[in-house]
Amino acid sequence: MPVLEDQATTTGDDMTQHHDEQARQAYRRAYQAAEKAGRLRDVPFETMSGVPVESVYGEPPYPGQYPYTRGVYPTMYRSRLWTMRMFAGFGTAEDTNTRFKEILRNGGTGLSTAFDMPTLMGRDSDSQWALGEVGRAGVAVDTLADMEDLFADIDLSGVSTSMTINGPAAIVLAMYIAVAEKGGVARADLAGTIQNDIFKEYQAQKEYIYPPRPSVRIVTDMIRYTSAEMPRWHPISISGYHIREAGSTAAQELAFTLANGFAYVEAAIAAGIDVDEFAGRLSFFFNSHSDFFEEIGKFRAARRIWARWMKERYGAADERSMLCRFHTQTAGVSLTAQQPENNIARVAIQALAGALGGTQSLHTDSYDEALALPTEKAARIALRTQQIVAHETGVANVADPLGGAPFVEWMTDEMERQAEAVFAHLDELGNGSILEGVYAGIENGYFVGEIADAAYRFEREVNEGRRMIVGVNAFTDGNEEGGADILRIGNEVEDLQRKRLAGVKHQRDSEVVARALAAVTEAASSSDTNLMPPILDAVKTYATLEEVVMAMEKVFGTYVEKAII
Amino acid sequence: MSESDAPIRVVLAKLGLDGHDRGLKIVARILRDAGMEVIYLGLRQTTDSIVAAAEQEDADAVGLSMHNAGHMTLAPAMVGALRAAKLTCPVIVGGIVPDDDVEALLDAGVAAVLGPGASASEVAQVVRDAVAAAEASDDATVGGSKVET
Repeated sequence: MPVLEDQATTTGDDMTQHHDEQARQAYRRAYQAAEKAGRLRDVPFETMSGVPVESVYGEPPYPGQYPYTRGVYPTMYRSRLWTMRMFAGFGTAEDTNTRFKEILRNGGTGLSTAFDMPTLMGRDSDSQWALGEVGRAGVAVDTLADMEDLFADIDLSGVSTSMTINGPAAIVLAMYIAVAEKGGVARADLAGTIQNDIFKEYQAQKEYIYPPRPSVRIVTDMIRYTSAEMPRWHPISISGYHIREAGSTAAQELAFTLANGFAYVEAAIAAGIDVDEFAGRLSFFFNSHSDFFEEIGKFRAARRIWARWMKERYGAADERSMLCRFHTQTAGVSLTAQQPENNIARVAIQALAGALGGTQSLHTDSYDEALALPTEKAARIALRTQQIVAHETGVANVADPLGGAPFVEWMTDEMERQAEAVFAHLDELGNGSILEGVYAGIENGYFVGEIADAAYRFEREVNEGRRMIVGVNAFTDGNEEGGADILRIGNEVEDLQRKRLAGVKHQRDSEVVARALAAVTEAASSSDTNLMPPILDAVKTYATLEEVVMAMEKVFGTYVEKAII
Repeated sequence: MSESDAPIRVVLAKLGLDGHDRGLKIVARILRDAGMEVIYLGLRQTTDSIVAAAEQEDADAVGLSMHNAGHMTLAPAMVGALRAAKLTCPVIVGGIVPDDDVEALLDAGVAAVLGPGASASEVAQVVRDAVAAAEASDDATVGGSKVET
C-alpha cells in the first residue's frame, strides 16, 4: 500500500515544497521500514466497507517527526494499539492478585496498581491513621510479604506494571524489585512505571510526606538508580490527571504538568545526570475529559511543547528525550451518581478523544465510580468500551486523523499559548528556573489557588444552569431509579491485614531490621548517597513501609499544607 | 451559643488520610457565599483536632468530606468524639456515600448526608436545617450547644 503517494502536493514556495517533500520521503521510509520488519499489525487497513486508507493524511511534519504534534511514532496504532491498562486494586493483596489475573485473561496488556490510602501516605495498616481506610480504595501493602502476594504467579518479565504511588514510591519500587529478584527476574528486565510525581501532590492530590526539596532528592535518586540499573523502567509519570480532577482547566492541566516535567529535568541535570540519560524514560499521564476538541488539542500541544523545550531549553539531542509519551485516563470527576449508566457514554467519548489524541495507554473508568470502587462487571464494560474504540471504529488505522482540521489546529495552538503564559509566570517566579518557580508556586499557594478558583467557577456554572450536565441539572427523569450494584469492602479486610502484619513482624529478625533502617537514615542525611540501595536492603528484611518512611522522616521532616480555600 | 441572627459557624475538615479536597473547598465557598462563617481546617484532621476546633470556635456544625469509603468507621467516630466532649453540634457528611449507607449513618447520629450533585442552595439549606434542628433539641434538653466544664 503506497504511503502518501496519491495525496495532493502542498502549495507554497519552492523551499517549502522541497522541505515538505523531504519530510514525506522520510516518513515513507520510516513506515516502510516498520512494514518490512513485520512491525505492523496483521489487520486490513481499510474501512468497514473495504476502502483502503493510508497511514496518515495531510501536511508535514508527520507522526514521528519533530515536534511530534501529530504523534510520537510514524506508524502509531498500526504497529501497536495503545496499551489497555486498567487500574485495579482493592482489599488484600490476594484479592487484587485475582483481579490482575482476570484482567490479563480478558486481554488487558498491562497491570496497574491502586494502593489504599494508608499505603499511599506511607502508613502501615496498624497505624491509628489507617483506621477505616485499610484496603478500601486500593490494595494495602505493609511489607514485602504483601507485594509477594500481589504479584504471585504472574511472570514479571512478561508484563508491564504501573504503580500509582508517590510519597513512598522509592520503597514500593524497592519491594517490586525484591519480589522480581526472588522469582528469578533481574531488575534490568522489569518494565513499567511508578508514578513518583511528587510536585502534583502538593498542587492537587495531597499525598505528600516530606517537604518538597527532600522529596525531589528522592526522585532524583530514583532517576539515577533506574537510569543505571533498570533500562525498561519509567521512574516518573508526570501527571496532570489529578490536577484536572482537582478542578483545573484543560490548559492548566497541560501547563502545570509540563512545568513539573521541566522542573524534574532541571533537578536531575542539577544532580549531575545527563539529560539524554534519563529524559527518554520520563512519561506523562493526562486526563481525558468531556470537551472533545479541547482534549485533543491539549494532547497535541503537549507533544509539541515538550519536544521544543527539551531540545531548545534543555539541550536534549536524543530524539527519545523529546517524545512526550503519555497514559490517559477518562475523567473520573465527570462521572455522575445520577443515572450512572450514562457514564458509559461519557467514557466512550473521552476514550475516543484519547485515541484521536495519540495516547500510548488508556484506562477507561467504570460507570459506577461516582458511587464506589468498580464492580467486576462495570470494570469489564469499561475495558470493552476501549476495545470497541480500538477494533470497531477504524480510528486506529490512521495516525492523527484530525490533524490539519482548522479548528483542531487552532485549539492546539490555543492550548500551547495558554501553557506558555504559565511557563513565563513560573520562570519569572523562579528567576529563570522553572524548578525554583514550581517550588515558589507550591509555597505561595499559586497552584492550589488557581485550581480551586477554576473548580469553583465550574461548579457555579453548573449550579446556575449555564452548563448542562445530563442527569444533574438537566434531563433528570430516571434519577429516582434505584441503584447500580456496588462493590463493598468489609471491615474484615482491615482486621485480616492487621493480623497479617502482626504475623510478619513476629517472624522477622528485628535486629537485622533495625540495622537496615539505620542505614536508610544514614543515607538520608548524606545527600551524596543514593537512597535506593539501602531502601532495597531494608524492604528485604521485611521492614514495614512506615518504618522505612520514618527512617527518612527523621532527617527530612514532614510537610503540612497551609489550608487555603 | 450563637444568637439566631448571628452567622452560622461551620467547621469543615477532611478526617483521616483522604486527600480529595476539591469538594470541601467548593462547599467552603458555597457556605461563605451563603453568609456563614467557615472555619476551614483542611486535610489530615483527627477527631481530636476537630473537637478542639469546634470547641474553640464555638461551632454550630461540623462538615466532613469523605471520598475513600471510610465513612462508616470515621463518621460515627466523629459524632462520638463530639458528644463525648459534650458538644451537640450536628455532623454533616458529604462526598461519596452509597445510598444504602445513608440510613446507617443517620442512625449513628450523623445529621445529614450530602451526595454528589447536591446544588449550592441544597448544601446551604441542609446546614441551616441541621443547625436549627440541633438548636431546637438543645433548647428542649441541655439548653445550649455546649456545656462548659
